[in-house]
Amino acid sequence: MDQPLPPPSGPTPVQLYPLGDAAVVLQFGGSISEATHRTIQAVGASLDAHPFPGLLEYVPAFTTLTVYYDPWVVSQAGQQDPYQRVSESLRQLLHQLPELPAPDATPVVEIPVCYGGAFGPDLDLLSRYTGLAAADVIRLHTEPEYLVYMIGFAPGFPYLGGMNERLAAPRKTQPRPLVPAGAVGIAGRQTGIYSLPTPGGWQLIGRTPRRLFTPEAASPSLLQAGQRLRFVPISEAEYQHLQEHEL
Amino acid sequence: MSCSVLRPGLLTTIQDGGRRGYRQAGVIVSGPMDSLALRVANLLVNNPPGAAGLEITLLGPTLRFEADHLLALTGADLSATLDGELLPLHRPIAVRRGSELAFGPARAGCRAYLAFSGGLAVPTVLGSQSTYLRAGLGGLEGRALRAGDVLPAPGPTPAGQRLHQQLLSSQSGPRWATTAWFPDPALTPGLEAAPVIRVLRGPEYDLFTPASQRAFWEEEFTVTPQSDRMGYRLAGPELQRRAEQEILSSAVTFGTVQVPASGAPIVLLADHQTTGGYPRIGQVITADFSHLAQVPPGGRLRFQEVSLTEAHYWYLHQEKTLQQFQRGLALFHYQ
Repeated sequence: MDQPLPPPSGPTPVQLYPLGDAAVVLQFGGSISEATHRTIQAVGASLDAHPFPGLLEYVPAFTTLTVYYDPWVVSQAGQQDPYQRVSESLRQLLHQLPELPAPDATPVVEIPVCYGGAFGPDLDLLSRYTGLAAADVIRLHTEPEYLVYMIGFAPGFPYLGGMNERLAAPRKTQPRPLVPAGAVGIAGRQTGIYSLPTPGGWQLIGRTPRRLFTPEAASPSLLQAGQRLRFVPISEAEYQHLQEHEL
Repeated sequence: MSCSVLRPGLLTTIQDGGRRGYRQAGVIVSGPMDSLALRVANLLVNNPPGAAGLEITLLGPTLRFEADHLLALTGADLSATLDGELLPLHRPIAVRRGSELAFGPARAGCRAYLAFSGGLAVPTVLGSQSTYLRAGLGGLEGRALRAGDVLPAPGPTPAGQRLHQQLLSSQSGPRWATTAWFPDPALTPGLEAAPVIRVLRGPEYDLFTPASQRAFWEEEFTVTPQSDRMGYRLAGPELQRRAEQEILSSAVTFGTVQVPASGAPIVLLADHQTTGGYPRIGQVITADFSHLAQVPPGGRLRFQEVSLTEAHYWYLHQEKTLQQFQRGLALFHYQ
């Protein structure tokens, strides 16, 4: 199903393939990079500015942008092939992609995290897997400035780039039936923060008292794709204090 | 103008057409598991197809109507009765104030939809009235119904009111009445015990071993009790990849069949997460969502491969039938 396309005005080649009968995936190469991220942000902005008839919404991810469409509207009530029509619209959009925006100089968001113990039940496991002392896992995790590549999996859940590769660890074979909100985890080369109690397969190393999802707020997600953040280690007492003040 | 919840049933939630436009903030779509059934129920009572109604799971609630209402029940056959009398599915039903709706054993399927003409007046959160249980938002206080709840049902639309009066013209007489007409049976599919669900290859289909690919199409899967509105966890042949390889998280959708490292596939449903990092072996076609959503825990299903062209043919066919039904209603029954 993969169809090679002429490259957009960015550096990454793009492929187009269906995800079922009501979504199309634009795939920008196979590895995470800030350049790919900016291309995807540019495609999203372009879809916002020039939505095609039948476009429902889109979801940007690390190397993909998935476009959800209404086949009935796109096909003009069944007169044309929906996938062909959507592909044509997207090809046009990729050809006319505006100049990539410069990376934003947004302020760094600080996320306080209490590591280990009951807050990070997999910290010891990760420590054994990586051969690092628990204190070094925490140091390496709090050192970098992370880029929010995408929000997904749960409301306000950020997928972050910039984790030290020495912390990489596989997902759990069997996902946990329930992970608490605020849990900070690692899966593969990714780190993230659970924003709601959900089932999940990430290795949990700590927990933050901050609320990542506030449905009653004008902008329900604390974090947005394109922002930068830093984890700040806190004690259990500080966690309890901050949690009371977060409410 | 309301409706009292005497018993809540196993899992009864308010759902509308779904929460659209917030997937990039990670906000799930929610909405009905069987979207065709909710749309048909709404059209039958003169509502917009995506109006809020009740999704009723396996063991239905007992409701008392505190005013006259025009209702429709679609989806699963859960032995619905009104004041003890069996109610027909897939038709508008005029009920009098004081009547009680109850449910019995599930005869076919597991999710019924109850639409109220005029809809349900619960707050709209992020553009939708759908209940999102895990986040505790939408619907009635973000949760399933409880005994003692009062559903804010404002009562029939003007055209719904006229039909109600035609059906129950006299003050005395039966407690409820229904129409002689009903939708095209294509819109109310009979629910098979172990359906064959049509599926497109997923983006990561080629990552699976040839033996696992064959097993996926040829063998039967069981919906385990660990299944919910988020997804069905299936038991069956273990699906293995050619090589271990981390997948970068990417968007998923209703009907995505993803396979965690355990090898047991998960079919994502109405409350599915917006993105996932497990390889996607398949994608259920939209036209078969109804059949999929009606398989109960413990139920069995099989997958059959189809092409994207076929999937679109059946999608557009279903949509066309629905639009014809809607036009017919506007012409003949709800002028």
